[in-house]
Amino acid sequence: MIYLQLFLSYLKIGFFGFGGGYAMLSLIQNEMVTRHGWMTATELADIVAVSQMTPGPIAINCATYVGYTVTGNVWGSLLTTFAVSLPPLTLMVLITVFYNRLKNNGYMQGAMKWMKPMICGMIGAAALLFLNGETFIDWKSYLIFVLCFAATWFKVDSILLICLSAVAGILLYI
Amino acid sequence: MKIIIQLFWAFFKIGAFTFGSGYAMIPMIEKEVVDRKKWFDKEEFYDQFALASSAPGPFALNTAVFVGYKMAGWWGALVAVLGAVIPSFVIILVIAIYLTEFSDNPYVIAAFKGIRPAVIALIAVPFINMLKRLPWYFMILGCVVAAVICYLGVSPIWFILAGVLIGVVLTFYEKPEEGGAK
Repeated sequence: MIYLQLFLSYLKIGFFGFGGGYAMLSLIQNEMVTRHGWMTATELADIVAVSQMTPGPIAINCATYVGYTVTGNVWGSLLTTFAVSLPPLTLMVLITVFYNRLKNNGYMQGAMKWMKPMICGMIGAAALLFLNGETFIDWKSYLIFVLCFAATWFKVDSILLICLSAVAGILLYI
Repeated sequence: MKIIIQLFWAFFKIGAFTFGSGYAMIPMIEKEVVDRKKWFDKEEFYDQFALASSAPGPFALNTAVFVGYKMAGWWGALVAVLGAVIPSFVIILVIAIYLTEFSDNPYVIAAFKGIRPAVIALIAVPFINMLKRLPWYFMILGCVVAAVICYLGVSPIWFILAGVLIGVVLTFYEKPEEGGAK
């Protein structure tokens, strides 16, 4: 029952998705690529690129797209998008209600402090898993990578960069 | 009822017209709920926002929840989330269907060959920026975590749980007399 598995996977991704979209990527990779083999790392990299370029939060875009890719229909998209919306609709509501008690809670601050290196590692893992023979096919790939790395470092807009690298891809590989 | 429609519309606009990570949406959300609608004062907004960014799940939706909940309770939260989700859902779905149709197109294939290294750069830069701001022992830990997740296929969930556990236990032993409250 792929729908149930997909829902449970995305529920995990949502509830452990601390630290924003890029950290969540590592969870998506682990569930979709490593555990279930529903897609390749390269397919996921493409989904990330498209999610970045389209309006809306990257985490939602990714969820909708992944759901469609895994099942090939709209129901998969609905399911993953619903699953990723559940932590905000449950946990975040509780957090809002108990806001005053949580605001200066030492345990929560301690947990957040130790979660930081973990979240950082998750983002690193996302980059590492995408770095393979399928994404880096020849020297041109390395050139694009180095240029984009430098441009991102100096805060060039990421949507512009993806558009430019798409044009570069068409010019270099067609 | 009026506030419900306003909430929906405010977050619909945010979902439809902002790009990238949830953090990129903060200026737009702030403009909408602090400056225009005056639902929050600035300080309150940033306090709540700090909490929303430490909760799991899409950050933009966590923000939608705290704004919606304050304005109209649980229904407000639900409506704000729907407002933020619907435009992204529809747009990306259309693109997903369209791109799947054209996945054999040589131009699409060539474009993605160019895009993939760019995506890795887009993820690598925030990783290094975040790493730089950590103390040295956390830098090492961050790199080890990255390698173990990627090369051994260990689920990141274990590292999140470990982080929470270590953080809570250390807080307990560091400040037992205060019962964890600072």
